[in-house]
Amino acid sequence: MVKTILKRLLQVVPTLLIVITITFVVTRMIPGDPVTAMVGEDFDASKMEELREQMGLNDSLLVQYGRYVNGILHGDFGQSYYFHQSALSMIASRLPNTLLLSVLSLIIAIAVGMIFGIISAQRQSTMWDYVLTVLSLFGISAPVFWVAIMLVLLFSVNLGWLPTYGMASIQADGMVEFLRHLCLPCLCLSIIPMGTFMRITRSSMIEALGSNSVRALRTRGISERAVVWKHALKNALPPILTVIGMQFAGCFAGAVLTENIFSWPGMGTMIQSAIDSRDYSLIQATVLVIALAFVVINLVTDIVYMIINPKVAAGAEKGGM
Amino acid sequence: MSEPILKVDNLKTYFFLASGTAKAVDGVSFTLDKGETLGIVGESGSGKSVTAKSIIRLLEAVGRIVDGSILFEGKDVLKMDNKELMDYRGRDASMIFQDPMTSLDPVFKIGYQMVENMRAHQDISREEAKKTCIQALRAVGIPQPEVRFDSYAFELSGGMCQRVIIAMALCSGAKLIIADEPTTALDVTVQAQVLKLLKQLQEQNDMALLLITHNLGVVWEMCDKVMVMYAGKNVEYTTTGRLYEKPLHPYTWGLLDSMPSLSLDSKEELKTIKGTPPDLRLTGTCCNFYNRCPYVKPICRQCVPEQVEVEPGHFVSCHFQTKEKRLTRGEVNPYEE
Repeated sequence: MVKTILKRLLQVVPTLLIVITITFVVTRMIPGDPVTAMVGEDFDASKMEELREQMGLNDSLLVQYGRYVNGILHGDFGQSYYFHQSALSMIASRLPNTLLLSVLSLIIAIAVGMIFGIISAQRQSTMWDYVLTVLSLFGISAPVFWVAIMLVLLFSVNLGWLPTYGMASIQADGMVEFLRHLCLPCLCLSIIPMGTFMRITRSSMIEALGSNSVRALRTRGISERAVVWKHALKNALPPILTVIGMQFAGCFAGAVLTENIFSWPGMGTMIQSAIDSRDYSLIQATVLVIALAFVVINLVTDIVYMIINPKVAAGAEKGGM
Repeated sequence: MSEPILKVDNLKTYFFLASGTAKAVDGVSFTLDKGETLGIVGESGSGKSVTAKSIIRLLEAVGRIVDGSILFEGKDVLKMDNKELMDYRGRDASMIFQDPMTSLDPVFKIGYQMVENMRAHQDISREEAKKTCIQALRAVGIPQPEVRFDSYAFELSGGMCQRVIIAMALCSGAKLIIADEPTTALDVTVQAQVLKLLKQLQEQNDMALLLITHNLGVVWEMCDKVMVMYAGKNVEYTTTGRLYEKPLHPYTWGLLDSMPSLSLDSKEELKTIKGTPPDLRLTGTCCNFYNRCPYVKPICRQCVPEQVEVEPGHFVSCHFQTKEKRLTRGEVNPYEE
């Protein structure tokens, strides 16, 4: 298993290199340049030229790319032109907020989605199943911005229970206020993964519950609770885990929209303002961090996979994967 | 005589499908004593497996036992509550399936499953259960049982898996083993080993064995009594010796004739029973075998033959095998109607 993990870690290197290159190229393809975005169109042209020279923007792309990669290898992700801070420290200050939001949303989505999915599978083709299936379809297809607006309308405007935007600090505003601010963005971000989990859990569980081994367990008089929640669930888990991994990574990236709607001070709002101000280093570093998150989450998913499915681990030992 | 382990009387299990009601099992009766082996033979779809599933009351959603009774040690299985039913399934009656590889949960170690099974029905500690399980694994001939205890099903061969399942039945102290074609999925050499093991353990533990098979050779080898099923009905039911010496139902004759013989000089074509079994949604108005029976007469299409005890312990359902009438194999049916 250790060997497999090491092998997977090695695969991460080329993936990240490709991500670095693509972000670099795409960032340069955004029309406009950082200097114009910083000082405005009406600024003295020679001064602007001087600034460009200073920031190294007049060097050839290849030289800039070399400088960028070299910096990364030395742990330097560049300076944010706009905030005059290192990109890394900017990310460090915002990352926890995004993590908090996405992890919490994911936990809610997993809990609700899986429980409803299992209930749906157990009561296949009953009223419960139909209602839950329609709900999950709604969850998957409803656009985030619309859901966000509806949530705000209902809970903030009409009922007045929850604040519409921003984040509260635990120290200054207390736990209750902190949680109240967390509610809407979390709910909003969890709706799509919730629907996805419900659907995959349902189909995977239906397959597991119909399998021979489950039938055999029932003939051995194992309680229905153990059959469903232990045996069938563990058998049904691999596809669910894959989707959880993908959705977690997706949550992380999807936070951009939700964070912007609710003015949540995370990576999402940061990357948007970075793009607005053509803040090359910050864009590159943020995208890199998100890509890294994808890679790490996928790796963790694979490892968990091996733990729950001994057959995969055995296959990997024999040199598969 | 003491009370039989299992007494099934006029069991009727129907499947309620959108397209009609299929009479999968339609009035089957038999008894099974301690230490006795009953073989149920018949072709696919004759209701053998449904009979087995009915006995442990584990049918598909569309299936329902509509009539009859199943008594296990005198206790009505059909009236058991959930708790009693669970213990009956896991402790008293053990089921062995056709495909051993998929009868074990692939993601749990076999030892874990064995212990779980024991602890679900017996009040014992994990360590005690483990000890008993390892003993049972040794008894069924699994080499290095301590090591195998921590194996997964996919690490074992099919024959080994079947042994593990038999070991589970041993651990729970089952009084009745229902084996639904236990050797069909196994290699021929392993088949004999598994059957021998079943027989040996049955004798040691005085268990009753209900063996479902379509292999008459297995029946001769293993069973004390045989029930021949056709289209949900039991057409002939008697002791194995009796059936071998003097089979009476035309379907049994066909079944015996279609057994391939291994003698070298026989170059003749394999005999078959012509035609196909009836649609189970349409049975119940006449003899189910009339369309394939070489001895067919008008009465066969008109009414259902009663099951008659033609001789003590020999039950046949045929219009021409009664106390008065007797059809002979291979001859022209002499009776008019």
